[in-house]
Amino acid sequence: MIEKNLPAIIPLLFLFASLIIPLLGVWKKNIAYPIAALITLAATILSIFGFIHVINNGPINYFFGGWIPPIGIEYVYDYLSSFVVLVINFVALFVIAYSYQPVNIDLSGKQTAYYSVVMLLLTGFNGMIITGDLFNLYVFIEISSLAGYALIGVGDKKAPFAAFKYLIIGTIGASFYLLGIGYLYFMSGTLNMSDLAGILPLMEESPTIIVALILIVVGFGIKMAIFPMHGWLPDSYTFAPTSSSALIAPIGTKVGAYAMIRLLYFVFGVEYFSNELAAADLIAVFSSAGIIFGSVLAIAQKEMKRMLAYSSVAQIGYIGLGIGLANPFGFIGAVLHLLNHAFMKATLFMVAGSIRMKEGHSDIYKFDDSYRKKYPWTMAAFTVAALSMVGLPPLAGFFSKWYLALGTIENSSWLFLAVILISSLLNAVYFFRILEKVYMKSPEGSEVKEKVKKNEIKFSMLIPILVLAIGLIVLGILNFIIVEHIYKMMPEGML
Amino acid sequence: MFDFIAGHYDYWFIILLLVIGLYGMTVKKNLVKKLIGMTIFQAAIILFYISSAIKVDATVPIIIENLSVENPANYINPLPHALMLTAIVVGVATVGVAFALLILIYKNYKTLDETELIELMK
Repeated sequence: MIEKNLPAIIPLLFLFASLIIPLLGVWKKNIAYPIAALITLAATILSIFGFIHVINNGPINYFFGGWIPPIGIEYVYDYLSSFVVLVINFVALFVIAYSYQPVNIDLSGKQTAYYSVVMLLLTGFNGMIITGDLFNLYVFIEISSLAGYALIGVGDKKAPFAAFKYLIIGTIGASFYLLGIGYLYFMSGTLNMSDLAGILPLMEESPTIIVALILIVVGFGIKMAIFPMHGWLPDSYTFAPTSSSALIAPIGTKVGAYAMIRLLYFVFGVEYFSNELAAADLIAVFSSAGIIFGSVLAIAQKEMKRMLAYSSVAQIGYIGLGIGLANPFGFIGAVLHLLNHAFMKATLFMVAGSIRMKEGHSDIYKFDDSYRKKYPWTMAAFTVAALSMVGLPPLAGFFSKWYLALGTIENSSWLFLAVILISSLLNAVYFFRILEKVYMKSPEGSEVKEKVKKNEIKFSMLIPILVLAIGLIVLGILNFIIVEHIYKMMPEGML
Repeated sequence: MFDFIAGHYDYWFIILLLVIGLYGMTVKKNLVKKLIGMTIFQAAIILFYISSAIKVDATVPIIIENLSVENPANYINPLPHALMLTAIVVGVATVGVAFALLILIYKNYKTLDETELIELMK
């Protein structure tokens, strides 16, 4: 019974929470956080349950209001969407668990509104992943984007301007997508994804469809911040409050990447967008330009959050490159990196936020070896995540890069292989300079310094960071199981 | 050639609106003007849907006694209109959030000019 309605329950659970939090917030001030955490926990349990169900029994289709598609709106819970729903809800659960202290300090008095908007953001993300209807997808994009602008805008003094820039650019992206599905709708007469996938092969020659494809790629390119459409990302992530950037950075752009995978691979079809048009090549070229650009600019940053934001531009490039390779290894690499990067970026942003809370800054040049004594566990988690970003073998980040590299070899695109290798070196540069400052002795005789006391961050913040960091090791070791499942998610015509 | 231009006059108008909107969002320095550009851009897309739903010699999608229900050519397509109602609501919400952000920016910096803001933020 519950599994049949699962696709609708998950987004509605969050929507329900976003309405109930302000109502109960009038009665009790501190109730927002427990409700948000509980609802996310429930959604995570449901998504674990749903993922296992989908693996054993195949996809679940839910028809809203009992209307059969293509007339009604359909929610699809297949291999890929159940997997991505699980990833984002799992990461969101730990980020929300972490956010109790930062929200109380950064946004005291606004907790009720904040958690209500967080729930709205998760409604949008879950809806975007589960829906099987093109226009419904647009509505969910806008729900999540509006919540995202609000969550970024409540940051420090510079945050509203960053959020406003994001709003203008994000609206252009969503509008391009809306225009693109308009073209598709007036050509085919349907808004249902699986229906459209059946109709599109009949009119592949039409220039209208090509324009629609371009508009949709540009729209999602802005949402997932593919180079050169990444302009909104660094400022937004830097000036947003800690808990917001820890929430939006790991899952926000991933959902855009997922939507792109869904539309390009499952609606337009692998054959069409990669062979008949050069769309796949273009995405791969821009993504690899973004990988280099993001990594180089990350090296140039002095502030840790800003460095992580530029590193996000580079890491999104990996996912884009995997999409653009359009072969099985590229697909595995993209989906695996979607999972790994969500874990890595959540850990790194939470560490950056914790340091910022404790020290009052997160300026890389002020890091020194006292940090490893003050925050031994936080720094250990940071090291794990940083090494995973660089791509050291037992950790998760290695395997997604490995599959991407295999994908480039299969396409014999050696330039992209070189990009992956060079960017790993660049990643090493910007993470090792922090590790070097923290774990090596500083040259000017640090033995003179008085004994530094252990000053670990709050327990409620440390546990989520450690769980996600351990998760990176577990994901790395268990990656062959995950890849086996990703193998099943592959669209038809890819193998 | 002339028929092609004249026959698609509504689309030329929509293209013009799209360009004006993009111009406003990218070139104008005042943030409120940027927002106006964004609204024009969204309105253009809404008009695109509406004008594509029109059929010649067709009426509103309500059952009329002396028109046959069997012939869909008698009625214009109602779905784009329904979709655009949602899109209008989304647009209103976006503008609302944008104005809230603008108020915050103005409170913090006492200006809404982009160049001045970038100067003040350094």
